[in-house]
Amino acid sequence: MRPKLELLDKPLIERILDEAFQLIRGPGVRIAPYGFDLLRSGGASIDGDVARIPEALARQALATVPQEFFLYDRRGDPAVHYGGDDVHFDPGSSCLNILDAETQQARPAQSCDLVRLVQVAEMLPQFSAQSTAMVCNDVPAEIGDWYRLLLVLWHSEKPVVTGAFSASSLHTLLELLALESGGAEALRQKPRAVFDVCPSPPLNWSEFASQNMIDLARAGVPAEIVSMPLAGATAPVTLLGSIVQHAAECISGITIHQLACPGAPMVWGGAPAIFDMRTGTTPMGAIETAMLDLGCAQVGKHLGLPTHAYLVAGDGKLVDAQAAMESGISAVLGALAGINMVSGAGMLDFLACHSIEKLVIDAEAIASAQRLLQGIEPRTESLAVAMFAQTGLRGDFLKLKETRALFRGEQHFPSAVIDRGAPSLDGSAPDILRRARNRADELVAAYRRPEISPDREQAMLAFAHHQSRTAGLEALPGIDRCRSQTD
Amino acid sequence: MQQPMFSAMRQSIIDGLPATATSLAQQALSLGMAPLDAINNGFVPGMEAVGDQFAKAQMFLPDMMASAEAMRGAMAVLEVELQRQGTERPMAGIVVLGTTKGDIHEIGKQLVGTLLSANGFRVYDLGADVPGEKFAAKALELSADIVGVSALLTTTMRNQKTVIEALEKAGLRPQIKVMVGGAPVTRRWAEEIGADGYAKDAMSAVALARRLMEGKAQSASAAVLL
Repeated sequence: MRPKLELLDKPLIERILDEAFQLIRGPGVRIAPYGFDLLRSGGASIDGDVARIPEALARQALATVPQEFFLYDRRGDPAVHYGGDDVHFDPGSSCLNILDAETQQARPAQSCDLVRLVQVAEMLPQFSAQSTAMVCNDVPAEIGDWYRLLLVLWHSEKPVVTGAFSASSLHTLLELLALESGGAEALRQKPRAVFDVCPSPPLNWSEFASQNMIDLARAGVPAEIVSMPLAGATAPVTLLGSIVQHAAECISGITIHQLACPGAPMVWGGAPAIFDMRTGTTPMGAIETAMLDLGCAQVGKHLGLPTHAYLVAGDGKLVDAQAAMESGISAVLGALAGINMVSGAGMLDFLACHSIEKLVIDAEAIASAQRLLQGIEPRTESLAVAMFAQTGLRGDFLKLKETRALFRGEQHFPSAVIDRGAPSLDGSAPDILRRARNRADELVAAYRRPEISPDREQAMLAFAHHQSRTAGLEALPGIDRCRSQTD
Repeated sequence: MQQPMFSAMRQSIIDGLPATATSLAQQALSLGMAPLDAINNGFVPGMEAVGDQFAKAQMFLPDMMASAEAMRGAMAVLEVELQRQGTERPMAGIVVLGTTKGDIHEIGKQLVGTLLSANGFRVYDLGADVPGEKFAAKALELSADIVGVSALLTTTMRNQKTVIEALEKAGLRPQIKVMVGGAPVTRRWAEEIGADGYAKDAMSAVALARRLMEGKAQSASAAVLL
C-alpha cells in the first residue's frame, strides 16, 4: 500500500470548484488584450480589461487538457512523467543570490555558481529535473533568462523547469530549446522543458503571463501555472479561500491556454504561501504554506490534471536546523500528496537565495520521502515466523539469507551527508555543513558533461554568441571556462 | 475634560476603530479643542502605542492596518480644521513611494505608505510598475525629501538602481534620500546600489525615514555653517 495524504474531502473540493467557477464569472479575471480575441471567440465577455468566463467554457477547456505528458532528456528518453501520483523533485528557480560555500554569506550569484549547482543536481538521482535555478549577475539583465537556460542545457541532460522573464524573450528561450532538440517540431514531440507562468494575485493575467500562456500552447511546449495566492494579503486569509482563488487563477489560465491550442500540455501548479502577519513576509517553510500547496494540488488531481508545487524551501538565511526542519517536513508532505513536480530544493530566505550545501542535504530528505512512498510491503510469504524458525531465540538475523537478500530493498542508504557513524570521542566529527560541502565537492569531481552532438553544440554556441553580443557580452561565462575550474 | 478624551482617542487608534476616531476628532473640535492638541496628545500617542505593541509581537499587521485607517479618519477631520485656522501640523517630510518598473506588487509598499502617513509624513504613492524617470519627475514636482522604492521580485529588484540613476540624471540626488525595501532586498544590496537606507519591514521604514530626515536636517545645518 502506497501511503497517501489528502487534506480535503470530495464535497469540499466540489465547493472549492463551485466558488472558483463563480469567481471567474464575476468579478471575473483581469487579462491583457493579447487574450481578448481568444476569450471572446470562446464566449467570454470582456469589459474593459476584465474577462468574465462562463463555467461551460472553462469546463470545456478543462476537458481538453492532457491528463499526463512526459518531459524528455537529451537522449530523447522520457524522464519525467507528469500525471497520476508520480512524484519528481527539482531545485528551486530564479533566485539572485547564492550562499557562498566558504563564507556562508549570501552574495550575488554568478554563472559559475549556476554551473556548479547544475553539476551537483545532475549527479543526484533524487532530482529528476534541473531548474534554471539562478539569475547570473555576471551577464546583462536583458539576456538573463535565456542565458540561464543555455547554461543548464550545456551542462545537463535532464529535463528542465524554466521560465521567461518577458513576453518577447519566451521566443528566444524556445529557439534555444529547439536548437538543442533538433527543431521546433522535435521540441513539440519530445519537450525537454516546462515553462513556469505566473498569474498575479488576485485573478490577474498580465500582458507577459497571458502572452506566455498563449505562445507556449501554440508551440506545444508545456506550461506550468504557478499561481501564488498570499493568504491574508493578496488572497483570502483562510486556507480554503486561498485554495479557491488558486483554482480560479488556474482555471482561467487553462481556459486561455486551451483556447489557443486545445490539447496542449499544461500543469496545475503553484507557489501559494501564507502572509506572515508579524513580518509581512511570505514564509515558504510554514506548515500552512505546505497545507495550501497540498490542498491546491488535490483540487488539480480531482480534475485529473498534472500537478506542481513549491516545497522543500526554507526561510532562514543559513543552512541550519531550521532549514533542515522546514525542507524535510515539506519534502515528505509533497511526496505523500503525490505532487508530480515539487520545486524548491536548495532554497533559503523566502526563495531569494540558493545554497548548494542545502541542495545536497535536501536530496537526503527527498530520498527519505521517496523511500516512504514505497511503503511497507510484504516481501516474504511468512512475515516473521519462517525467519524465527531458522534462528529461534538466538536473534542472529544478520546471518539469515533473507537478510542478505532483502535488506537493500528494505533500507535506504543515505550518503555520508547523514551521520550514522559511531560517536566521535574527540568531538572532531564534521558538522552537516562540512559534510554537505564535501559531498558537493565529490559530486562535482565525478561529474562529466553529457555529450551534445557537435552540430547542435555549434548551433547553440553560434546562437549564444550572436545573442550575447547584441547585449554587449563577448565571452560566454559558465561555458568558456569557470573561474573555479581554472583556479 | 481633556484627559479622558485624549485617552479615548489613543484607545480608538489602538483598537483600530475609524468611526470612533473620526467621531472623537469631531467632538474635540466641537468642544473647542485645538486640532494640534488632539493630534499630539490623543491620536499620535495611539500610533506610538501601536508601534510598541507591534515590536513586542502583541499586535500584528492587520491590527496595524486598522489603526492606520483609524488615524487617517481622525486626521481627515482635523486637517480640515488646521487648514481653516491657517495652521499646519509639523510635517515629518515628503515621501514619494513606488514599486519598481516591471513589478506589480504593492502590499508592502502600501503598508509603508500608510504608516508613514500615520506618522506625519506627506506621502505620494506612484503605485506599481513605475519607471525611474517617473520617480524623479514626481520628486522634483513635490520637492520630495525621500524616495522609497519597493521590489518584491529578484528580477525587478535591479530596477531600484535605475531609480537612483534617474535621480542622479535629473540632478536631484544630493537633496533626496533614497530608501529601498522588499522581500529580496538586503542591506548589502542597498549599499551596493548607493541607496541611503534599507528597511526590513514597514515599522523599520518609518524609523529609517525619521533617521534620514534627521540626517538631512544636520546636513542642511552644516551647509548653513559652511
